[in-house]
Amino acid sequence: MPALAIRAYTATTALGHGRDAQANALDDRRSGLRRNDFGGDGRLDCWIGRVDGLEQAPLPTTLAEWECRNNRLAWLALQQDDLMAAIAAVVARHGAARVAVVVGTSTSSIGATEEAYARLSEENGEYHFPPDLDRPLIHTPHSLGAFVQQATGLRGPCVTVATACSSSAKVFAQAARLIQAGLADAALVGGVDTLCGSVLFGFNALKLVSTEPCMPFDARRDGLSLGEAGGFAVLERNDSGDPAGLHLRGYGESSDAHHMSAPHPQGLGAKLAMGDALARSGIEAGEVGYLNLHGTATPANDAIEAQAVAGIFPASLHASSTKGWTGHTLGAAGIVESVFALLSLERGLLPGTLNSNVPDPACGAQIRFDNARRDIRYAMNNSFGFGGNNASLVFGRA
Amino acid sequence: MTTPPLSAGIAGIGFWARGLPSWQDACAYLADGTRPAGAPRRPSPQLLAPNERRRAPDTVAVALEVALAACDAAGRDPATLSSVFASTHGDLDITDYMCGILASQPRSLSPTRFHNSVHNAAAGYWTIGAGAMAPATAISAYDASFAQGLLEALAQLATGTEAVLLVACDGEASGPLAQVSPSEGLLGAALLLVRDPASGMPRVRVGMEELSAGDVSLDGPLSLLLSGNAMAPLLPLFEALALRRTHAMLGAGNGQALRIAIAHE
Repeated sequence: MPALAIRAYTATTALGHGRDAQANALDDRRSGLRRNDFGGDGRLDCWIGRVDGLEQAPLPTTLAEWECRNNRLAWLALQQDDLMAAIAAVVARHGAARVAVVVGTSTSSIGATEEAYARLSEENGEYHFPPDLDRPLIHTPHSLGAFVQQATGLRGPCVTVATACSSSAKVFAQAARLIQAGLADAALVGGVDTLCGSVLFGFNALKLVSTEPCMPFDARRDGLSLGEAGGFAVLERNDSGDPAGLHLRGYGESSDAHHMSAPHPQGLGAKLAMGDALARSGIEAGEVGYLNLHGTATPANDAIEAQAVAGIFPASLHASSTKGWTGHTLGAAGIVESVFALLSLERGLLPGTLNSNVPDPACGAQIRFDNARRDIRYAMNNSFGFGGNNASLVFGRA
Repeated sequence: MTTPPLSAGIAGIGFWARGLPSWQDACAYLADGTRPAGAPRRPSPQLLAPNERRRAPDTVAVALEVALAACDAAGRDPATLSSVFASTHGDLDITDYMCGILASQPRSLSPTRFHNSVHNAAAGYWTIGAGAMAPATAISAYDASFAQGLLEALAQLATGTEAVLLVACDGEASGPLAQVSPSEGLLGAALLLVRDPASGMPRVRVGMEELSAGDVSLDGPLSLLLSGNAMAPLLPLFEALALRRTHAMLGAGNGQALRIAIAHE
């Protein structure tokens, strides 16, 4: 596919606000996970990746109707790393109607709906939302996309992608198609997901949550740690503006066609997605310098992903999961981990796998626990979601 | 500013609503106002095993039903098809359940209902039931969900995919959530879109433009009958297809519209 310029990229996670905070924590091997302090009594015994400062950061009054934790994190993430200036630049070149908004999430602002149900008032046998939460647009999946469009003034095609943990990786593919098909000249892509009862108690019900900080690919791993995050990138057709230093080179998508909450046992879907991404990029597997794995630290995902990777890439590939730093940020994992892949290209910083120490014999030579420093030309990101929804992205340095 | 039009052939259509449980029934209603007697309350999608058929959420059941109907009408193997699933609200019954149980007994939250609560549940069940390893996506754009799903499907056709299954559905709202996310009944519709239309197939050309007042009319018979459902915005296109009109307009969100030119045979 024609390469797309990346004009800006940013992430805000438990590691802090913006790219430098991410890079410093990766370099320092400093986890952002903390013992769960989200919610009241009866909270689960687990570790989480929580973004500091949201409670003290209400939305601007002009956007007050969008108030909720998820949109606060979206707003906070939008303010980092000169992203708004990059958006203004593509709007100046193409017009607001030619800049698409394609953002991903798994639960959007369902946290606000959960709160409303905890604060229902009763009148004549009917239950009502409290007046401060009686705002329809925050109780529907498109809350995120609609808010981001309002907050940025963009007027191109606007859509919220909600395919669980692959959401904010698929947004790169969908935006690339919109641009290639002539429906837009640029796109704001990204994703936001915030901690809420649904995900904490939902994953707990599936017995997928560890009581300890997650240890991806470790032989002793026993489950994931949940996190929240927001991130964005600005994509533009490559023949506009100055030559870009970073590009989206390709994407691959597939389905496992196996089970709603367990991956394909032979990793067929993962292999299809990774192979497709490489083919679309026009590069060989051996040219990839860093692969950010999905690596959730569940016993199933990691073994299968590692085998799929070993079937495609040489032993020399540096592949790792960064979920020990941020937690599994679900619908935001795609953008966050794409930001880490872009940082590896820009800064030569290849993260290892934090919290993990005991190699699993079932996981191949590609899986690295230690950080490395190396200049690389191509980096990839894998994001695999419930329902067997797989996405893989290839980024390149000019 | 208008965009260059994207085009596709419609190889197959699926449709299901309470009272009109097939595309043939919808066409008959548009032709002479008749409705079949004894229409079921929800479909029984054959792609799921009998246990799952009963337990699947309403929105998953209707999505799979219309998806398979579109494939059958087109004579296409579901396993080969890329798919786009659009829903305004996802499954409102599950959202009501989730929020209710979290407010009372969070540790009793059902794991099955949790993995069914993802917006891509229908996409997941479809790819599993159909054995389809092709890509699938699940999107929402509020009242423009079908329109944005159509754009994604057309963009896929314009960038190397030969055929795409577009499926849209919304179900009935339950509990207090119904006050902020109203939706009545159960409605699903599907189009099997192809890059290279065969002769005899309806063809659409779709362009995006600024929306003017009065552009989008929601007063057709299907629109009036099913107006309470959150996915009603797709009905003008399906009415146009059934009545062999040459034109339909759909809202695309934020003051934009899709202008759809339709050539029959």
